[in-house]
Amino acid sequence: MGPSLERNIARTLLITVAIAAVACEREQRNLGQSQSAAPSAFVADVDLQPGPTFISDTSEGPFDDNAYNTAEGQALFEEMNCSGCHAHGGGAMGPALMDDQWIYGSLPNQIFASIAQGRPNGMPAWKYRLNNKQIWELVAYVRSLSGLTPKGARPAREDHMMVIPAPNQTPNAKPKNSSLPSASMFP
Amino acid sequence: MQHIGDTHRGWAHVGALVATCALVCLAACRPDESRSTGSTNVQRGAAPTTAGGEVDLGADDGQWVMPAKNYAATRFSGLTEINEQTVARLRPIATFSTGTLRGHEAAPIVANNTMYIVTPYPNFVYALDLTKPGLPVKWSYNPKPLLASQGVACCDVVNRGAVYDAGKIFFNTLDGRTIALDAATGKPAWDTKVAEINIGETITMAPLVVKGRVLVGNSGGEMGVRGWVKGLDENSGKVVWTAYATGPDKDVLIGPSFKAYYTKDQGKDLGVSSWPPGAWKIGGGTMWGWIAYDSTLDLIYYGTANPGPWNPDVRPGDNKWTSTQFARRPEDGTAVWAYQLTPHDEHDYDGVNEQIIADLPIGGQTRKVLIRPDRNGYVYVIDRQTGQLLSANPYVFINSTTGVDLKTGQLAVNPDKSPQVGKVIREICPAAPGGKDWQPSAYSPKTGLLYIPHQNLCMDEEGVSANYIAGTPYVGMNVKMYAGPGGNRGEFEAWNPVTGKQVWAVKEDLPVWSGALVTAGDVAFYGTMDGWFKAVDARSGKLLWQFKTGSGIIGQPVTYKGPDGHQYVAVLSGVGGWSGAIVAGMLDPRDSSAAAGFVNAMRDLPQKSTMGGMLYVFGL
Repeated sequence: MGPSLERNIARTLLITVAIAAVACEREQRNLGQSQSAAPSAFVADVDLQPGPTFISDTSEGPFDDNAYNTAEGQALFEEMNCSGCHAHGGGAMGPALMDDQWIYGSLPNQIFASIAQGRPNGMPAWKYRLNNKQIWELVAYVRSLSGLTPKGARPAREDHMMVIPAPNQTPNAKPKNSSLPSASMFP
Repeated sequence: MQHIGDTHRGWAHVGALVATCALVCLAACRPDESRSTGSTNVQRGAAPTTAGGEVDLGADDGQWVMPAKNYAATRFSGLTEINEQTVARLRPIATFSTGTLRGHEAAPIVANNTMYIVTPYPNFVYALDLTKPGLPVKWSYNPKPLLASQGVACCDVVNRGAVYDAGKIFFNTLDGRTIALDAATGKPAWDTKVAEINIGETITMAPLVVKGRVLVGNSGGEMGVRGWVKGLDENSGKVVWTAYATGPDKDVLIGPSFKAYYTKDQGKDLGVSSWPPGAWKIGGGTMWGWIAYDSTLDLIYYGTANPGPWNPDVRPGDNKWTSTQFARRPEDGTAVWAYQLTPHDEHDYDGVNEQIIADLPIGGQTRKVLIRPDRNGYVYVIDRQTGQLLSANPYVFINSTTGVDLKTGQLAVNPDKSPQVGKVIREICPAAPGGKDWQPSAYSPKTGLLYIPHQNLCMDEEGVSANYIAGTPYVGMNVKMYAGPGGNRGEFEAWNPVTGKQVWAVKEDLPVWSGALVTAGDVAFYGTMDGWFKAVDARSGKLLWQFKTGSGIIGQPVTYKGPDGHQYVAVLSGVGGWSGAIVAGMLDPRDSSAAAGFVNAMRDLPQKSTMGGMLYVFGL
């Protein structure tokens, strides 16, 4: 073993420790129900508000910046058969989730409401089947698919058939509250 | 709700959950005592009768009363005004917007100078007056199906058509109802709920009316449902019998008169013993395809769909009676024979494709046969009296299996292409939609050829855990499809069922997802997913005429004689279906598993067809 190799190992170790220190927050494991309240305010699903001022919802999802809980959401996405309807974000029976179109809104509170309450055109209501923490984890994962959460918290590629670009490589798709086809869908 | 983390742990959960399912199933399988034979001969005029004495409107070439034209399901018309010489002059004489955007798989139905159309969800029914210029609407009907039913329909919210019989129009709704309308007024005669969306059941098939029974099957093989066909009383809509595809013989209506030809299909309660304990209760075997009827033998024929979940590792055994050809009595559903086409299906090879009734010269004698171009890639020729296989030859490139043993009836599986959990198996042919999917062939007794619209696709598969939660998908498979050998994704093929060989083929870039039609004028019709409606020479495949419709064609062309005595051809345009889900569902092609992997093979479709349903009627 030559000195250059030793140096390399030492350097790698140092970098690893540094990354680990920085990553503590994104890796924090929220195991209890402490951050699992439903959205505190009544959620507006639409951007049309009568009156001269527009009140925007700036609240964040509790797990949007947490890699551990986003990964839990990713597991739930498979286990609850979300992937059966939405595939891995491209959609099937249900709409695509990795694009920039959001029929019922892209904000964490809005997505929470869509999952918990269901939506009339076929989305089941999950509020009696999942607890609030699980729903928030799904919210974080769903938002990660179109790059709406911090890059460091998004999943890397799955250890399965490669079907989507890894969410942590996906550019942020600026949300449009629309169910109309994106420009790429026109001939 | 069950949350199953891995396949081994999974079985305990499935067992526990079966109690809930069993309640639903038991409630649904109690046979109704009513055995009314119905009054099927009312208002039928002087239509021809079959050998069995039944009035057969399907033999009247002036009309087109059921999607498959007749009980033999030939989609062959004896009309000859439109032929090889005249077809080039074909031009549109009327169009009609259906007001809906999803995949239009239905056949227009023609009876008594009226054309009837059922749209995809929300299943509007229109009656168009063929006696007036422009074909104005006589009446329309909105069955108002549940919005939520859209969320449990696996492969677009399609409907494959209505059927006319005895002064009524019968059709199914996505939310699981069978409805009878007065054909003259559109007023509902009865409306029976037969399926339950909360356990994942929908209905997309076109019913068939035989001897006072309206025959209906469920969809939902990707949702862990238990497949069935029901016989409803034609007059009252009451369910007379229910034949399940899985479970004990009494539920499958297998009794003393049942006789399977092959040893592999013989035994007691195979619908239970060929599954892990209880798995048959959520094992699929739905029936969303085609039924044929032989009035001389008094047998109905249909095949059942794939077992669930797709991941085969969690359901060791033959999984009877999924992917199985059945012969039953129409009045009470009694099973007479069965032949399992694809035991322990590994690739979503449903057996719901059409079977065409014909009498063919085979081995020096005339044999009463079914011709079945199956999803697993073989054209089966089966003795329809006994279920004996006469031949099974591949009509597409196949590597998932290596052939069918005519002595034992056994399909030889290629283990190299069997899916595995956690391992991607590549280049499996044909892909999940099979050599062909629902899109029905036509058979011309004049040329003796079968006209098969089909796709040419292969796929990669990886088994993943399948978790049963009632009313949600139960699949357990990552899939990615792409063009098969040659690169063309579709083909329109003429096949000789006697020799078991292809006669000619037209290669198409996109899957041919429309039905076929063939006439005594020796013209065959089909549509393409980029909107071309084509007429080809039935003997050579030469293109004789084509017309570009507004959207991709996945519907079933029909032909009829108008009130003016002239021949017309009609077809619905409107892309969608499983193959067109990328357009109809606005899916994102960056996910190659979208629409169960079909999107990967159809990335260019949005540039070739927009959505939108429109009827086109052509005449000379």
